[in-house]
Formats: sequence, C-alpha cells, structure tokens
Amino acid sequence: MEPTAEIIPDQPRKIPLPVLGAQARAARRFDLFFTKATLLAGWGTVALLAWIALQIGYQAWPAFVQYHFGFLFSQTWDTENDVYGALPFIYGTLVSSALALLIATPLGVAIAIFLTEDYLPSSVQDFFKFTVELLAAIPSVIYGLWGWAVIIPITNILGNWLNAHFGWCPLFSTPASGPCFLPASFVLAIMVLPTIAALARTALKATPVATKEGALALGATRWEVIRQISLPMASTGIAGAVVLALGRAMGETMALAMLIGNKNQISASLFAPANTIASLLANSFGEATGPQVAALMYLSFILMFLTLAINAAAEWVLDYTGASKRHV
Amino acid sequence: MPETLNTPPAAAPTMDLSRKLRWRSIFSNSLDALVVVMTCAAIIPLISVIYMVLVRGAVHFRPDMLWKLPPAMGMQETGGFGNALVGTLIMVGIGALVSVPVGVLTAIFLTEYSRGSRSARTIRFAAKILSGLPSILAGVFIYGAVVLHFKNSAYAGGLALSILMLPIVILATEEALLRVPRFLREGSLALGANPTQTVLQITLPTAAPAIITGVMLAVARAAGETAPIIFTAMFSNFWLRSLNQPTASMAVLIFNDANVPDDNLITLAWSGSFILILLVFVTNIISHFVVNRSR
Repeated sequence: MEPTAEIIPDQPRKIPLPVLGAQARAARRFDLFFTKATLLAGWGTVALLAWIALQIGYQAWPAFVQYHFGFLFSQTWDTENDVYGALPFIYGTLVSSALALLIATPLGVAIAIFLTEDYLPSSVQDFFKFTVELLAAIPSVIYGLWGWAVIIPITNILGNWLNAHFGWCPLFSTPASGPCFLPASFVLAIMVLPTIAALARTALKATPVATKEGALALGATRWEVIRQISLPMASTGIAGAVVLALGRAMGETMALAMLIGNKNQISASLFAPANTIASLLANSFGEATGPQVAALMYLSFILMFLTLAINAAAEWVLDYTGASKRHV
Repeated sequence: MPETLNTPPAAAPTMDLSRKLRWRSIFSNSLDALVVVMTCAAIIPLISVIYMVLVRGAVHFRPDMLWKLPPAMGMQETGGFGNALVGTLIMVGIGALVSVPVGVLTAIFLTEYSRGSRSARTIRFAAKILSGLPSILAGVFIYGAVVLHFKNSAYAGGLALSILMLPIVILATEEALLRVPRFLREGSLALGANPTQTVLQITLPTAAPAIITGVMLAVARAAGETAPIIFTAMFSNFWLRSLNQPTASMAVLIFNDANVPDDNLITLAWSGSFILILLVFVTNIISHFVVNRSR
C-alpha cells in the first residue's frame, strides 16, 4: 500500500481501500447508500414531472379521441349532454393574462429601474425590494377576497361610466357585471408584478457600471443612460421576466375563480364576465364525472402544455442571460 | 454623483445648447418622478390588503375561533375555523414530510455529488419547471393519480401540496448549500471523513438556518394554497376523524365563505385571512433576516 500514489483527485471512490475496521466499513456502506439515495431523489424529481405529464395526458386521452383538435375551437360546454369545447376558456386565459401583463410590465420595469439606477441608498432599496416580495407571498385566495371587497366596487363604477359614455367602443360595450375581466386582470397584474420586478432588477443590475459611468461622464442625463444603455442591455432579461410572468399568470387560479365571473362566453368587453381554464378546473372538478372529467383533463393538458412551454422558454432565455439566479 | 450632472452648466456657451440641455433634464427629471410614482402605486395594493385584513378580520377576531367549528349558513351564531386550522396544519405537515426529505436529498445530489454535471443540469431544470407548474395542475394530477382510485382525503391534499413545496425546498436548499464555503468541505475530507460524513456533519449543519428558512417559506406558501386541495381534500364542516376522509382547510374555507350572503361567514373568512397573512408575513420577515445575515 502506497497511499500517496493512489490518491487520484476527483475520484475518491475508485481508491482500493485498505482493510477497514468495522466502523469504517459501516461508514463506507452508508456513504454508498446515501449517495444512491440522493441520486434516486434527484431523478425522482424528474420522474415526477414526467409522471404528471403522462397522468394528465392519459386521463385526457378519451376526450382527445372524441374531439381531436376541434375541442380547441368549439364554444359549447354542455354538461347535461356531455358536449365540450375549450375556446371560451382558452380565450379567457390568454386575454386575462395579456391584460395583466399590460398593466404589470411597465410597473415592474419602473420598480426595477427605481431599485437599480442609483436613486436610493442600498438599505432603502432593500426595504422596497422586500415590500415587493411580500406582494408575492400573499395567498391567491386572499387576493380574491380583497378583490371582491375593494377592486370590484371600483371597476363597477368605472365600467358603468365608461359604458354610458363610450358604449360604442367594443371594449366598453357592456355595463360592469361585478366580477369580470378587468378586476380579475388587475389583481392578476398585482400577483405577477413581483416576478417581473425581481427578474428585471436582476437583469438591470447585471449591466456594466463602467459603460454607464462613461456615458454620464460624456454628459448624458440619467434617463439617457437608462434608455440607451441599461434597458437595451437588459432587454433579454426583461423579456424573460415577462414570459415567466405570463406562465405564472396563465396558471393562476383562485383569485380568478373569484373575480372573473365564471361565465363561458367570449366577449370583447372588459366588463363582461368570462372564464379561464384554471378557474373552470377549480370550480368543476369537485362534481365532475365520466366524460366531463376527461374533458377537464384535456383542458388541464392544454394548460400544462402552454405553461410548461412558456416556462421552459423563459428559463432558457434567463439562463442564457444568466439572470435567473433568484426567483421570487 | 449623477445628480450634479443633470443640472446644466452655469455658463452655457450658446443659447441654443442651453435650451436643449434644459429639455433633456426636464425629460430626465419627469421620468424620475414617473418611476417614483409607479413604485409607490405598486405598494398601494399591499397596504390596502393589510388594511382590509386588519379592519375586516383582525378587529373581529376572537380566540375561540381557533377551536370552534364553522357555523351553518344563515345562523347568526358565532363559530370558528378550528377544524380548518387542524386540517391545514395536518395537510401541510404531510406535504412537508414528503417534500423536505426528497427536496433536501435532491439538493445534496445537485451540489455535493454531481455539481455541474449533465444530470445535475437536467434535474435543476426539472425543478425549475416544476416550480412554474400551475398549482391547480398539482391538484389535477393528484385527482387523477390518487383521488379517482381512493377518495378525497387529507392524504391526497397533503400530496398535492408536497408537489408545490418540492421545487421550493430543492432550490432553497441548493442555494443554501452553495453558500457553504469550499474550505469547510475540503478540511473535512482532508481529515479523513468520507463525502457523506462531510455532508451530514459539516455541510448540512452549516447550511441549516438557510435550509430551515426555505422549508418555512414552502410551508407558508402551501398553507395559503387553495387550488391544489379544493378537489383533492375537498372540505368538511366537522372535526377530522381520520386522514382518509374529506378535510377542511383555511384556504378553502376562505374561498367558500368569500361571497356568501351571510356577514357572519364573511367575517370568518376575513379572520381566517388574518391568520394566514400573519403566518405568511412572519415567515417571510424571519427568512429575510436569516438570509441577510448569512450573506
């Protein structure tokens, strides 16, 4: 035994070990066992993801066989005669998420700019950052309760006024119906705001200080630096943040189930009740049987496909820019 | 000091240039103001939620809510959410029991045994994708995999929650382990400890505060989740007798009572929200300080 010759860096387990005492042998056996256990847990996570996709796909199969892709374009949702179509829910999901992002993106980017571009001492920055993180921690169902009590009364007044004065515009063609698109999207915007703000902040922080200082030294104002240096350099990261937020918004359930009105229709009006895939699932799964379960599984599969594809794209973009170090 | 650069120089060479400079700084300053206003606007909802939960919930909160059963609709008797609190604690407990060991082991695999390898990248990607899985789909999956074969139960609800907690635990633990300085591991290995002894006796204890914080965040998150348990655990108006029966939870109670025509129940929903928000905020504040200290 020449131990010095046998120590190969990075491959400790390949060393033919000397005769070990019972205790050392037990430790070694435990080492092997524990290593295997971590390996198992790690691949178990991957397997779980695959299992989720396969399980939902398997259960959606009867509905897929029955409707094929026509399901995506049909507007009927008739539980009595078991005829199902997904279009109103896909429309509701996409429109409510898009509206939410329309509200949340400028706010999120503004917060990110405010928290990175030398406006505040870093302790105050930390306080604001933490406050925005708290917004992400509030449970969805409480946002629903809050939206019901605070936002809906406001959007009712707003909606009725807009309908009375601008009713010719398709966006305001119906009077406010209580729960409807606008309050749902507004609350959704608040819920995805922290994601956008945090990731946009990471992206803006990664822009090189020297370039900005150079521009300032040449006489640029703060906003000329932001517009011509910071934002262009961070644009990939910000785009990734928005895409990730879109994935979150489309999967958000409870607040929407409480605020969007749960009506299976397609209307251009911001003040008409609608429905999303997730809120339909939350409301219908409890009592569903037979063919309806299959149709709901088909909807779940569509939602899963959309959110996972969007998330994967966002992760790829963020990994590419190295901005995904920390999620909210 | 960028501020000083924003003001035009006192003696501008020509009239033309000074006017241009003035416009540039007006533009810059007004966008400054816009950013400040927008940031404050984003904080208003947080203040409003806290205000509403205090005024509608905390003010009407009575300690006996914690151990009474929910009242029947329309009855003006006062009740509580004792069974929902128990149900939430038990289901979150089941979720943690499943997700914490698996999550911590996965993170150990990622950072200690296969750092930077292809399999580590695959697993981390899966964890990230899992963290973006809509919570309702965790419920749908458990509905298909468990509820259809057995029945609505606390087990099913707990398992659904564990799917949501798993990626949070993995990513938090991974971050905690990565922050353990390399020389501690090297010292332990040099003294003759094998990799597992190093992990269990050196790396994990060092990272423990941050890991526990991550677990607490996952617990707080799961306690407020409604979508995964609404049709896996369902709800019950009675005390939990067995884990294999429909189980009440705080989140579903808030959802059910949010817009019923009964002020007593609505007050109960707001008081429940107060308890949940308290849990979530305290956890987040503690975690903020733990994470800040370890940096």
